[in-house]
Amino acid sequence: MTLLTDDQKQLQDMARTFLGEEGTIKQQLRHWRDTGCKDGFGHGLWKQFAELGLTGVAIPEDQGGLGLGATEAALVLEEIGRNLTPSPFLTTAVAAAKGLEGTGQGERWFPGILAGDTVAALAIDEGKHHAPEQVALEARRQGNGFVLNGAKQFVVHGASADLVLVVARTGGSPGEREGVTLFAVERGASGLDVENVTLTDSSKAARLTFHDVAVDADAVVGEVDGGWTPLSRALAAGRAGSAAELVGVAAGASDMTVDYLKARKQFGRLIGEFQALQHRAAHLHSEIEIARAAAWKAAELLDRDAPQAELMVYVAKAKAARSASLAVQEGVQMHGGIGMTDEHDIGLYMKREAVLGSLWGDWRYHARQVAELSGY
Amino acid sequence: MTDLETFRAETRAWLEVNCPPEMREPMKSEDDACWGGRKWTFQSDAQRQWLEVMAERGWTVPDWPKDYGGGGLLPAESKVLREELRAIGARSPLTSFGISMLGPALLKYGTEEQKRRFLPEIARGEIRWCQGYSEPGAGSDLAGLQTKCEDRGDHWLVNGQKVWTSYADQADWIFCLVRTSAESKQGGISFLLFDMESPGVSTKPILLISGYSPFCETFFDDVKVPKDQVVGGVNRGWDVAKYLLQHEREMISGMGLGGGGSALLGKLLGTIEDPFLRAEVAAFDVDALAFTAMSEHFLDQLKAGEAHPAMPSMMKYSGTELNKRRHELIMAAGGSDTLEWDSERTRGGKPAREWLRTKANSIEGGTSEIQLGIVAKHILRLPGA
Repeated sequence: MTLLTDDQKQLQDMARTFLGEEGTIKQQLRHWRDTGCKDGFGHGLWKQFAELGLTGVAIPEDQGGLGLGATEAALVLEEIGRNLTPSPFLTTAVAAAKGLEGTGQGERWFPGILAGDTVAALAIDEGKHHAPEQVALEARRQGNGFVLNGAKQFVVHGASADLVLVVARTGGSPGEREGVTLFAVERGASGLDVENVTLTDSSKAARLTFHDVAVDADAVVGEVDGGWTPLSRALAAGRAGSAAELVGVAAGASDMTVDYLKARKQFGRLIGEFQALQHRAAHLHSEIEIARAAAWKAAELLDRDAPQAELMVYVAKAKAARSASLAVQEGVQMHGGIGMTDEHDIGLYMKREAVLGSLWGDWRYHARQVAELSGY
Repeated sequence: MTDLETFRAETRAWLEVNCPPEMREPMKSEDDACWGGRKWTFQSDAQRQWLEVMAERGWTVPDWPKDYGGGGLLPAESKVLREELRAIGARSPLTSFGISMLGPALLKYGTEEQKRRFLPEIARGEIRWCQGYSEPGAGSDLAGLQTKCEDRGDHWLVNGQKVWTSYADQADWIFCLVRTSAESKQGGISFLLFDMESPGVSTKPILLISGYSPFCETFFDDVKVPKDQVVGGVNRGWDVAKYLLQHEREMISGMGLGGGGSALLGKLLGTIEDPFLRAEVAAFDVDALAFTAMSEHFLDQLKAGEAHPAMPSMMKYSGTELNKRRHELIMAAGGSDTLEWDSERTRGGKPAREWLRTKANSIEGGTSEIQLGIVAKHILRLPGA
């Protein structure tokens, strides 16, 4: 069944009300942007996520979480996307929480995540395009632990993070999935250089440089050389989640644009009366509905641990990114001149889509995975 | 076991015994479908047997009431049946406009007598129906139709012409939109049923760009029709017509990825040397799998009564545009092999003919532009749409 249960509808209503009231563009995105906040999001709102239990959406019940799944995370993320709410929810409560699941590091970090005190980040990419197999950052054994050397970029919330999950190479060569190990590196580690970068959408991502950063053996998440497993779990949850957030971005931009078509007059008529615009708006609506169905399907398959989940996550991220890209481009174009101004919110949707669409692989990356996984 | 699990187990066991092995092989083309009707010649004993056992159980129309030849299944049960049929790759026992179009309209708008008379023979595949909607002067503007239907006291008298009547030359009966009043455009239309063997009915196949003739011109010259064969009331046919169109669009959107089902196009084509084409195919597969997810979601919404009434238009639009893209890519991948029109290798130009056939997908049942207009008006509520 692809319809929401009553519990899921309730959660959706709750998230919609919460983010529609507290997570608005004016109160959050613009506020933190215009006050030059170094985190790019408000810790007060992150605390509210915790009070509502949302920080524990993916954390198992026996570890204090809600023990829900990717579907519930998707419902929250769509509302985050619709309001462009800056928060560490996706990286921390969804991606990192899934990466930590079932590992010793989970016990260490879940209480802080649940309380809304801890922010977590994923350090994966080393070049300008997402390519997790290509990890080269070196983790060399030394004494009872490891020493890390190398560089990472596009580490979302990297400078605000209490915990950075770092993908490093303990064996094999770049291009291989074997020999990859996931490390939990704490804020302030000696030898870790952090450059806090503001991205196009005003969110913050770090470039990290590791100069002989020493970590204990128990900083390993999962198994040495077996980091691909927790990384895949984190990425699947993160990509499915970013697909859902992109659907929210698309829906928010589309709703704003359709409203504009009903308000703006030119040639003595509402511009929404023009068929040239009606058909484009209707096409856009169809694409967003389809993207949402794909995102929900991916989440449902992840929740059932179904074998087709991997394929569908690729499909969902690719479809959602394309639909959202269409939504923001049509949005700005149909708004005309006002759409080019900073004063109007539609441009903020375009900026958010650009970042979220690229995070953990853009649509081309995901379409290529569909082809490779299917053997063509 | 829950009732549903018991039902699943029983259904699986029954299908194992009753679905002939030949009917579990994928259809090679539309030609393998069983349409039924008075003129039908079964292509195999297996095809006949499969229709008979399924009709006997009411499972050609599992969710219609038993009184009208259906299976009387609950929505959850009929979903289980669909899943079990899909699991063994069973072909549809009966493809029929009676089931997908007329049936739902009769269930909603027909009199008790009409339901008892027409529905069971649709369910059993005994009567093949065709649809008389479009006219030479009434395509996208369907309500502009002019086929005249006069009240002659003890019968109706029909004069006029229909066009794009699918399989009219093979059909037994027609459901037809006719003009019973000139005073109102939409309010002067009636929905009429009559036998294609009635004196004055003639058909002429239309040769299409594919070289096939699935459509006909249909002529009515002083056709006499009994008075009790109007559905939904005189001058009230537009409501019936629109309701039926929704079902037609659902059917067409379901067929959107026809033939290939949910199989990935890239898998079907195998290794693709050209990186440009490979990228295009991968982008297509993303859209196709996402649309398959949408179809499942839409079907669940529909069964739960939660689907927006204009959703079939969105599905029809997206599904047919995808199917056209699919065949463009099949032609591109096939290169000059697929340009052959009469060779044995291509079974008489199948790829090219099917590619051309798909161009009608976004025209028949309301063009893509009509569907977009409906979405703009009824879902987005844009002004003046």
